Amino acid sequence: MESPLSAITGSVATTEFGYNSKIEGEVVHTQLDSALNWFRKNSLWPMPMGLACCAIELMAAGASRFDISRFGSEVMRFSPRQSDVMIVAGTVTYKMALAVRRIYEQMAEPKWVIAMGACASTGGMYRSYSVLQGVDNIVPVDVYVAGCPPRPEALLDALIKLQEKVSREPITRILKRDSGPAQYGRLGIEVSAQRFEDIPKN
Amino acid sequence: MPTPLEFAQRLRDAFPDVVAAPTEFRGEATLVVSDPARIADVCGHAKAQLGFDFLLDVSSIDNYGDEPRWTVVYELYGLGHACHLRLRTSVGEEKGEVPTVSAVWRTADWHEREIFDLMGIRFAGHPDLRRILMWEGYPYHPLRKDFPLAGKPTDLPEVAFTRAAPLEGGPFVTVPGGKDTIAREPRARTAGD
Repeated sequence: MESPLSAITGSVATTEFGYNSKIEGEVVHTQLDSALNWFRKNSLWPMPMGLACCAIELMAAGASRFDISRFGSEVMRFSPRQSDVMIVAGTVTYKMALAVRRIYEQMAEPKWVIAMGACASTGGMYRSYSVLQGVDNIVPVDVYVAGCPPRPEALLDALIKLQEKVSREPITRILKRDSGPAQYGRLGIEVSAQRFEDIPKN
Repeated sequence: MPTPLEFAQRLRDAFPDVVAAPTEFRGEATLVVSDPARIADVCGHAKAQLGFDFLLDVSSIDNYGDEPRWTVVYELYGLGHACHLRLRTSVGEEKGEVPTVSAVWRTADWHEREIFDLMGIRFAGHPDLRRILMWEGYPYHPLRKDFPLAGKPTDLPEVAFTRAAPLEGGPFVTVPGGKDTIAREPRARTAGD
């Protein structure tokens, strides 16, 4: 994980790293992208979409032993209006699928999705008439977590991976662009967001 | 204290024309009710006279290819005497209807709705025969033998959709008791394997 200070300084090349407030005053030089991304990535509030047993591990990740608040994500919001990252934890049935999509669409931009566990990622062991074969059929997934269920450490690792991804987003470029209707998910469901193709591969 | 077999015999004595002789397997007694139209009477007698006050489960079997196609199985239990009793009755596909026992045990309401939803057997006189797991408007009964394991594509706008699941050569079958893990592990198998 990057240290917060290196995130502030962004891509500014410094051979002698350090900040001396006596010389430079209470001023930090950085790029707007880096600063905004730094704010965003360290307060990713989750929307806990707990649908099956993975939700138990999600609760464990929030409890004191694993303590997701170390990464700024302890504020589980049960309202899509106040959350940044939807953690789909469990089996998504077809009966639940459109409800999951509706909640995703109700989340305010910027928003991300973590598919936690085998079921949310691919349908898992449920090759079945009743189970959606991966939540990426209906929403764009940023990080997939393997496991059945994944241990809390795996979820925390996914969160760190997502933070790295957030810190690379060209945020000012996205904010300036007009967003028109786009399709996302393998089943091609329309939304008004073009953000997802813009993230550079690292 | 009467045994399950004695309870089964007493139930048979009350309905000698429709209840066959009880069979016993590992202490569990099973009665076959030959006329499905009388199942509610037999169940009512078992509850009122024999103390079977708890309906543990109602389940159903699809004897696909055989007649009669459907078998409905009732698992009875008496909290007072701690005995189990199993009742079976069969009904053909063209009738496809069994009287409800929800007037005898109220818990049968949801059990019978589940069977109606997944197997498509109707229950005459049921107070609220709707689907319970799948959504209203889903066109199939997915636990029937002639329904594919992968499912079928459906679309009900604003409610739900389904797609056939990729089986990649499956369904995958696990063989219990194989001599090693390779022989036991789940894989696509034909009837000869």
